[in-house]
Amino acid sequence: MSTTDVAMHMSDGIVNAPTSLIFGVISILFVGLAAVRARADLDDRTAPMAGLVTAFVFAVQMINFPILPGASGHLLGGALVAILVGPWVGTLCITIVLVVQSLLFADGGLTALGTNVFNMAIIGVFVGWAVARAMRGLARRSRRGLIVTAFVAAFVNTVVASLGFVLEYAIGGAAGATTGTVLTLMVGFHALIGIGEGIITAATVGAVAAVRPDLVHLLRTAPRVAQPAGRGPARGEGSTA
Amino acid sequence: MGAGHSHPLYLEGSSVVHRLPAEVKIVAAFLTVLCVVATPREAFWAFGGYLLLLAAVWAAARIPPGWMARRALIEAPFVVLAVLLPFTGPDPRFEWAGLSLSHAGTLGAWNILAKGTLGVLTSLTLAATTPMRDLLLGLQRLRVPALVLTIATLMLRYADVIAGEARRMRLARIARGHDPRFLWQAGATARGIGSLFIRSYERGERVHLAMLSRGWTGTMPTTGAPATVRSQWLVALALPLVAAALAVTGMMTT
Repeated sequence: MSTTDVAMHMSDGIVNAPTSLIFGVISILFVGLAAVRARADLDDRTAPMAGLVTAFVFAVQMINFPILPGASGHLLGGALVAILVGPWVGTLCITIVLVVQSLLFADGGLTALGTNVFNMAIIGVFVGWAVARAMRGLARRSRRGLIVTAFVAAFVNTVVASLGFVLEYAIGGAAGATTGTVLTLMVGFHALIGIGEGIITAATVGAVAAVRPDLVHLLRTAPRVAQPAGRGPARGEGSTA
Repeated sequence: MGAGHSHPLYLEGSSVVHRLPAEVKIVAAFLTVLCVVATPREAFWAFGGYLLLLAAVWAAARIPPGWMARRALIEAPFVVLAVLLPFTGPDPRFEWAGLSLSHAGTLGAWNILAKGTLGVLTSLTLAATTPMRDLLLGLQRLRVPALVLTIATLMLRYADVIAGEARRMRLARIARGHDPRFLWQAGATARGIGSLFIRSYERGERVHLAMLSRGWTGTMPTTGAPATVRSQWLVALALPLVAAALAVTGMMTT
């Protein structure tokens, strides 16, 4: 693979130590709240499902999509998990992925974990969820509406998450570029990545809704009736791909 | 389903560093990187000191430096960002090898490069000496909520399975002539991700039923790992202590 991967995982040393610590504390508090609130969406019965969704996010972050010749990005998945499993469980999923990537794969710095969780797991998921919630009427009306909703939510989530980076950089940026330069670079890049994120999120949500609409959290009205496993129609490749 | 319970960055061993409890190593690594990040960028010698410190840990853990160096290339994407800084940074500028470089931008690039590299090397040292199940036990002892741990455990067990499935789907696309270069060609990738989600979720439902039939009650059973003793904390915290001494000296001298 000769392309450059434009990812959003910050390394150590991009923001200074106090900023890292502040965002670390904010993230720990918020993820603690998410762990409590996720219980409402997710009794112990369904924790294995959340585990597999997290494994899915982990695998999906390894799939690169092209932006321009020579540059590729990978999915952040904030809006995707918010729409599929809800914001609280979604925040937990992305946080776990980021922590594991940082501890076991040296992807994203240890001290940058707080800022990375803040940008991708908190801002990313909740902005995606807020947009999707605001457009829920449209999403429920038709398949096309759902796809448009997923695209817009993912695009906005990516751009706003990159603004989180700009905010942290403005507070405690430790490099020589001005905030204006960083703002232009980050928002420019992430508007492009956001289009890719939007297309993939929309197609993924569309594909899931076509086969198992009961799995899409955004479309749920009442608590889901327990459904026997393996009853989903057509697990074959041909019907969804 | 032959997914091992190890991970690609783990280096089998039984050294002092390998035998330390995971929570001790996580805390020590975090504090060390914090010291690195807090060091002023102009204290060039301090960063050499950190590298020597890590090299001492590698020697104790019997990790060959070459093994480390190859894996440190993970960092390459950040280097791309750092390389831009000397050109985009503000005035004053200076001439070097015919290029006009920004003074602040070059210092900023050095800052990201040095701290980012030391951060990656520290994380790699932690990953190389800590198997996955120890890491989960360590997180449990650091008071991570049980629900989060359950999700993380299952995620780690199945990440290889799902990633393998994603890799096979990608190979299948390539074998059928899929060669995307532009954003609007992402459709096939996206539909693949959709079916990957459905397969993951349905596997989750099957795993859940399998766990229930084996008597799962909602919490992970604890294993009989030995408790951490104070001397192990003292051994591991020697690393951030030296790092803190370097950071403080760095702050005083610049």
